Amino acid sequence: MIKFLFLGLLRDRSRSIFPLLIVSAGVALTVLLHSWMGGVQNDMIEANANFYTGHVKIITNAYLEQIDQIPNDLALLGIDSIMSTLQNEFTDLDWYARIRFGGLLDIPDESGETRSQGPVMGIAIDILSPGSQEKDLLNLEKSIVRGRLPQQPGEIVISDAFAHKLNLNIGETATLISSTMYGSMAMHNFIVVGTVKFGVTAMDKGAMVADLKDMQYVLNMEDAAGEILGFFKKRIYNNLMANKLVQKFNQLYNQPEDDFSPKMIALVDQRGLGEFLSIYDYYAKIIIGIFVIIMSLVLWNSGLMGSFRRYGEFGVRLAIGEDHSHIYRTLIYESFLIGIIGSICGTGIGLAIAYYLQVHGIDVSYMLKQSSMLISDVFRARITSTTYYIGFIPGLLATLLGSAISGIAIYKRQTSQLFKELEV
Amino acid sequence: MKMSMVILILCTATLVYVQVPSGSEILKKIDQNITSESKIISSKMTIHGRRGSRTIESKSWIQGTDKAFTEYLAPAREKGTKMLKLQDQLWTYSPQTDRTIRISGHMLRQSVMGSDLSYEDYLEDPQLHNVYEAQVEGSEPINGYDCWILQLTSKKDDVAYDTRKIWVDRQRYVVLKENRYAKGGKLLKTIEVKSLLKIKTRWYPERVVFKDVLKSGAGTEFTVDKIEFDVPIDPYIFSKAALRK
Repeated sequence: MIKFLFLGLLRDRSRSIFPLLIVSAGVALTVLLHSWMGGVQNDMIEANANFYTGHVKIITNAYLEQIDQIPNDLALLGIDSIMSTLQNEFTDLDWYARIRFGGLLDIPDESGETRSQGPVMGIAIDILSPGSQEKDLLNLEKSIVRGRLPQQPGEIVISDAFAHKLNLNIGETATLISSTMYGSMAMHNFIVVGTVKFGVTAMDKGAMVADLKDMQYVLNMEDAAGEILGFFKKRIYNNLMANKLVQKFNQLYNQPEDDFSPKMIALVDQRGLGEFLSIYDYYAKIIIGIFVIIMSLVLWNSGLMGSFRRYGEFGVRLAIGEDHSHIYRTLIYESFLIGIIGSICGTGIGLAIAYYLQVHGIDVSYMLKQSSMLISDVFRARITSTTYYIGFIPGLLATLLGSAISGIAIYKRQTSQLFKELEV
Repeated sequence: MKMSMVILILCTATLVYVQVPSGSEILKKIDQNITSESKIISSKMTIHGRRGSRTIESKSWIQGTDKAFTEYLAPAREKGTKMLKLQDQLWTYSPQTDRTIRISGHMLRQSVMGSDLSYEDYLEDPQLHNVYEAQVEGSEPINGYDCWILQLTSKKDDVAYDTRKIWVDRQRYVVLKENRYAKGGKLLKTIEVKSLLKIKTRWYPERVVFKDVLKSGAGTEFTVDKIEFDVPIDPYIFSKAALRK
C-alpha cells in the first residue's frame, strides 16, 4: 500500500510538491538554527578554553582570589613535579603550564630611544619543545599573517593589528616591560619573528605569545607558572567529567588553609562562564523551542489545508464504498511519507548550509571592535548528532498531527449526504 | 582674688595658644630637616612579601628636590639597574636590555622593585610645604614622643595623594607616622618611622616601614646605612648618558 500511496503522491503533484516544500523549508530552518546556536556557544567555550580557562585549570588558592589581576607573585611553584603528578594520575587530559602577564611593549629607534609603545597582554606557552600541542590549541600556525613562529629562545609573535599600531616590522627588537614574580620591573629584549591574527578581538588588539621558558627567565619564575591548563584529549568539554576531576584533585591535593596550595577549577567556574553558558543555553532552548513550535504550527496548517483541499476527493472515495478508517489511515500514511521525505530533504539542505557555515563561518569582527570578551570574531555553525534528527520533530510530528486532526472530519461525512455535498 | 584668677587663666590660654605653631610652620621645619643642597644615601630596602622577604641595596645621589639618581647594587638580578629623576620626569635603565625607558602614565603607579613604594612616590616633591596646606588637628604620643597631628590637603590637582595625615615629633620636627589617602578618602599607604639618625643638627629617618594598604605582604622596610649631606656631586650623574655608563 505504501508503494501505491507513494506513486499516488508522485502522480498527483498538487498533493505532494507544496507540502514537501513547506516541510523541507521548515526542517532546513530548524536544522540551521539549531546548528548555528550550538556553534556560537561552542565557539565561545573553545575560545575561552584555548586562550584562558582550559577545560580545567590549576592555580594556587591565593591566585584564585585575585585571578583577574594575573597575580604572578602568587603563582604555582615546583611546576615540574606538579606536571609529572598530573601526567601520571590524571591521564584523561593533556596538561600545559602557562604564564599570563601584562606589560608594555616598547619599540626602540636606532639610538635606543622609544619609537613606539603600547600595552600588551601576553601568554607564555611551550612553543619550542618538540611535540608540544600548545601551538595547535591557539591555532598559531594557521593564524600567521607575516613571518613565522618562534623557533629559538628570545623570539616572539605579536598580533598583526598591534604590530601595525606600533609600526613594527618583522625581525625588529621589542622590549617587554613587565613585573617579575617578586614585583620588580622586568625588561627583556625579544625579536618579533611573526605576526598573527588570533581571531579573537580581545587578543588581536594587543597580545604577544612567547615561549614559556623565556618568560620564566624574564619574570624570575624558574620552575613556576601562573597556571596549569588541562584539556580533554578529545578537545571537547565535558562538564560532568570536569567536575569529577575537580572534586578528586582538590580532595587529594588542595589544602584550603594554605594560600599556595594548588586548586583545580573547571571551565564553568571561571570568568562567569558557567552563568553565561547557562543563560545562553536557556535562551537558545527557548528560541529553538519557539521556532520548532512555530514550524510545527505552519506544517500542521499545511496538513490541515491539504486535507480540506481534498474534501471532494474523500467524498467520492466514500461514495464508491471506501471505508472511513481506510481513508483516514491512507491520509496518515501519506502525511507520514511527506513528513519523512520533507524532513530528509530539509535536513539535507539545512546540513549543507550548516556545513558551509561550520567551515567558513560569518565574520562579526566589525561588531566586536570594542569588545574585551574572549569571543571568536568568526561565528560558525556546529553540526552535532542532534542536528541530524532535530528537524524530524517539526517535520514529521507536525505533519502527522495536522493530518490526524484534519482527517477526523472524514468520520463526520454522512454517506446519505454525499451526493448532495458533491452536487451530483 | 577673682580678678587675679581671670588674668591667670587668660595668660595661660594665651601662652598655650602661642606654643602651637601653625601647620605651615611645622611643614617648613620638617622640610628643613629632610632636604638639603645635596645628599648621597646608601640604603637597603627589605620587601616582606607573602612568600618571603628579599633585600635590595642601592645608592642614591640627590641634588636639591628635583634631581635624583639611584643605582641598584644587589641582588645580582637587580644589579646595574638605574633610575634618573629630572624634575617631573623619570627614566629607568636595565643592563639586561641596555635600554633606557621613560616611566610615564600608568607605569608610574607600578611598584618600585616589588616594594610598597611606587614610581609616583619617587617623583614626588619632598618639600611638603610646596604641595600641601596643613592644619594642626591635635597632639598624640607616638612611641613615647609627643607629636602634632597634621591634616594635609593638597594645593595641586596632580598629586599622588590628595590628603595625608602626619604625626610630627614636637621636639625634633620629623614625621614619625603618616597615612596617605586618595581623593575619595581611601587609605592607600601607611608609613611608620622606627628609628632616627642625628646628623649634626638634623634628625633624619633611619628605618622606615612603608605599607601599601592595597597590597598583600608585611610592607617594605627602608633602612639608611649611610647618609652624607651637602657633598659635591658631579652634574654629569644627572644626565641620561650616566644611566648607560
